[in-house]
Amino acid sequence: MAYETQGFKIDNSGKRVVVDPVCRIEGHMRVEVNLDSHNVITNAVSTGTMWRGLEVILKGRDPRDAWAFTERICGVCTGTHALTSVRAVEDALGIQIPENANTIRNIMQLNLQVHDHLVHFYHLHALDWVDVVSALAADPKKTSTLAQSISDWPMSSPGYFRDVQNRLKKFVESGQLGPFTNGYWGNPAYKLPPEANLMAVTHYLEALDFQKEIVKVHTIFGGKNPHPNWLVGGVPCAINLDQVGAVGAINMERLNLVKSIIDRTQEFVEKVYLPDIIAIGGFYKDWLYGGGLSGKSFMSYGDVPQKANDYTAPNLLLPRGVVINGDLGRIHEIDLRDPEQVQEFVTHSWYKYPDEARGLHPWDGVTEPDFALGANTKGTRTRIEQLDEGAKYSWIKSPRWRGNAVEVGPLSRMVLGYLQPKQYPEIRDMVERALHQLDAPVGALFSTLGRTAARAIEALYAANLQQTQFDKLIANLKAGDSSTANIDKWEPSTWPSEAKGVGFTEAPRGALGHWIRIKDTRIDNYQCVVPTTWNGSPRDPKGQIGAFEASLMNTPVAKADQPLEILRTIHSFDPCLACSTHVMSPDGQELTQVKVR
Amino acid sequence: MTDKTHELLVLGIGNLLWADEGFGVRCVEALQAGWQTGPRTLLMDGGTQGLYLLPYIEEARRLIVFDAVDYGRAPGELVVAVDREVPRFMGVKKMSLHQTGFQEVLMAAELLGRLPESMVLIGVQAEQLEDYGGSLRDSVRAQIDPALLIARDWMRRWGLDCLPRSAPPDGPALTAAALQLAAYEGGRPSAEAACRFGDARVLAGRAAG
Repeated sequence: MAYETQGFKIDNSGKRVVVDPVCRIEGHMRVEVNLDSHNVITNAVSTGTMWRGLEVILKGRDPRDAWAFTERICGVCTGTHALTSVRAVEDALGIQIPENANTIRNIMQLNLQVHDHLVHFYHLHALDWVDVVSALAADPKKTSTLAQSISDWPMSSPGYFRDVQNRLKKFVESGQLGPFTNGYWGNPAYKLPPEANLMAVTHYLEALDFQKEIVKVHTIFGGKNPHPNWLVGGVPCAINLDQVGAVGAINMERLNLVKSIIDRTQEFVEKVYLPDIIAIGGFYKDWLYGGGLSGKSFMSYGDVPQKANDYTAPNLLLPRGVVINGDLGRIHEIDLRDPEQVQEFVTHSWYKYPDEARGLHPWDGVTEPDFALGANTKGTRTRIEQLDEGAKYSWIKSPRWRGNAVEVGPLSRMVLGYLQPKQYPEIRDMVERALHQLDAPVGALFSTLGRTAARAIEALYAANLQQTQFDKLIANLKAGDSSTANIDKWEPSTWPSEAKGVGFTEAPRGALGHWIRIKDTRIDNYQCVVPTTWNGSPRDPKGQIGAFEASLMNTPVAKADQPLEILRTIHSFDPCLACSTHVMSPDGQELTQVKVR
Repeated sequence: MTDKTHELLVLGIGNLLWADEGFGVRCVEALQAGWQTGPRTLLMDGGTQGLYLLPYIEEARRLIVFDAVDYGRAPGELVVAVDREVPRFMGVKKMSLHQTGFQEVLMAAELLGRLPESMVLIGVQAEQLEDYGGSLRDSVRAQIDPALLIARDWMRRWGLDCLPRSAPPDGPALTAAALQLAAYEGGRPSAEAACRFGDARVLAGRAAG
C-alpha cells in the first residue's frame, strides 16, 4: 500500500516494528511503524487497544451527578472532566454561574494545567531526553556551573548535586530502578552531556517534591482531595473573608495559602522548568522531527473565560480556533453545535454506524462495538502480531473538524496565541523569548521538541494567569460579591422536558468536549470527545492520518529494537488513553515489548 | 514519636467503574460507615490518582491499602502483603489496572526518603473486571467485612483505635453521593441500554495467561 495524504507519502512495504504497550502513559496504546532501508519511518499505525463505555454508564442518571462519574474515568484529567461535565449541563439547562464561580473554576483549571505539564515533563517525558545512568558519571562541579548559567534558582551548589548523585547511585545499586526501569540507557539518540543529565535528574526529584504543593489549591476550593467536589451552577464552597479558623467557609487565611502556592508555582516554572527545557532543547535543536500535523492543521476550543458565561473566542484567555492545510493566516471559528463541524468517523475503528462513509456529530453519537480484523492482519484475534490498517484497527474513533484531521494540545494553543498577538501579547512574547534563547526559527516549533517547549511555555502562561485570576477573585469579594453558586434551576421541576448542551475545556493534553441530551430530567445520551481521540485517531474514509501517526512520519530511528524516537514523539503529546479507550492490559505485560519483523 | 501528620493512612485504590476494581474504595467506605477510627487515622478514597496520592503517603507513619489484585487465585481470595513485600509484590505481576501508577508512587516516596515505616496491602482476587459500569461480584463483595477485620487487627497491633461505630460518622462521606454503592448500583442502566462486553483479545489473553 502506498499513497499520499496531507503532504505525507505513506508506504507500508518496509520492515515492521511493533511497540506495545507504549509505556509511561495513562492507559494502553500500541504503535506499529514501517521502516525503509535507512530506518526512516514511512508508515505509522497508532491504536488504542480497549473499548470503553462511559456513554452507557451515564444513561438514565441524574445530569447533576454526571461530573462525579466523569471524574472517575481516569486518574489524570480528573478535574477537567468534571468541569467539562458541569459546563455541558449548565449549557443544556441555561444556567448562568456567578463571577466568583467562574474565577474559582479558572484558578482550579489553570492549577491542574500547570501541575499536569510539570508532572508530564519531569515524570513521564524527561526520560526520553535525559539519560539517568549517564547522570551518575557527571562532575557535580560542572553541573553546578551549568545550572547557575541558566537560572538563579538557589539549589545549585556542587555539594547539592553531589548529594543527589549519591542518592541516585544508592537507589540504582539497590536494584530498584523503579520509575527509571523502562529506559534505553546509552542509546545514541540521547544527546545530553552527563552534567545536563544530572541537573535534569535533580530537578526530576525537586519537581516530585514540589508538585504536591500545587494540588493543595484543589483541596481548598474543592473541599476534598483527591476527588474534589463540583457543582452544577457554580462551585461547592462558600467564602467568608471575615471568618476565622479552618473549618466552614473559605476565609482570608485559606485564600492567602492559595496565593502563596500560586507564587511558588510561578517561581518554580520560571526558574526550573522553563530553563531546563531551554537547556535540554539546546542539545536537541538539530533533532526537529515529529512535527506531524502541527504546522498544518490544528485546533483549540479555548478556555479560561474572562467574564462568566461567555464562551466566545474574544472572552477566552486560552485561544480558540482552527487552522487547516497550513494556512496560518486564517483562523476559523468553531461551533460545537453545528452538525457539520465536529464529527466522529468509524471506518477504521471497531464500531458500527449505519452509514460509515459519514461521520456523526456527538449529539447523535453512537457507540456500538464491532470488533473484526482486516484480511491482512498477522496473528490471531487474541494475539495480533501485525494490524491491518486498511481495515478497522483501533478502539479510538476518528473525530474530524469539517472533515480535517487536526492536532490538539499545548502546541496548538500556543501557536494560535502566537498568531493573534493583539489578543495574546504575552503568549507572543514568551514564544519569541524561548525561540531567541534557543536561537531557533519559528518553524522549529512544529516538532516534537516544539511540542514539549510549548507545554513549558504554557505552564508559565497558566501560572501567570492564575495570579491575575486570583487578584480578580479578591477584588470581587472585597467589592461585596460573595456569591459562588446559582441554584435557581437546581430542581428538576424547573427544567424543560428535553434539552441538549455542550461543555468544553482545554484539558492539559488538548480540546475536550462533552455533549449531553437530557430527557424527562434524566441523561438520554452523553458523548465525550477527548483530546487523545483527536490526536490518536486512526484513519478516516479519505485515508487521512491522525496527529500521532503524522508525527512519526519521516523520522529516522537509530536502533530499530530500541524505538526511543517513537516513544519520545508519542510522549510529547502527553497521551491519555484511559478516557479515549477503556484500559485493560494482559497479565504481566508491564515492560514495553518491541518486535521487529 | 514521628514528624508525620498522620499515624495511619487507610487508602482504598482502584476504579469503581470497573466492577471488582471498586473493591478498595468500597472497603474504605465500609470502614468509615461501620468503624470508629482514631483522630490521627486518615481514611481516603484514592481512586486511580497516582502521584496525587504522594503527599498523603509521605505524611503517614503507617499505611494500609485495600485493592483488587489479579494473582490468578480463586475469585474472592484475600491476599495480604506486608512492608517491603508491598511494592515488590506489585512488581512481580500485574496486580491491578493502575498498579504501575501506585508502585511508582511508593518508589517516589522512597526516593524522597518518606516511605511509611509500616505498610500492609489487603487485596482481593478479582472475579470480574470487564464489566464497565458494573459493581462488585458476590465473591468479592463478601470479602469486604473480612478485609476490614484484617485491617482492624493491624490497627490494634499498632495500638490504634478501631471500634464498632455507635453513632453515624460526623465527617463528610469519602465519595460523592451518586457514586456510593447503593446509588451507583441502583442507577445503572439496563443491559439492553448498555453494551457490556470487552475486548475479545484481552479477555482471551487473560484466560490464557
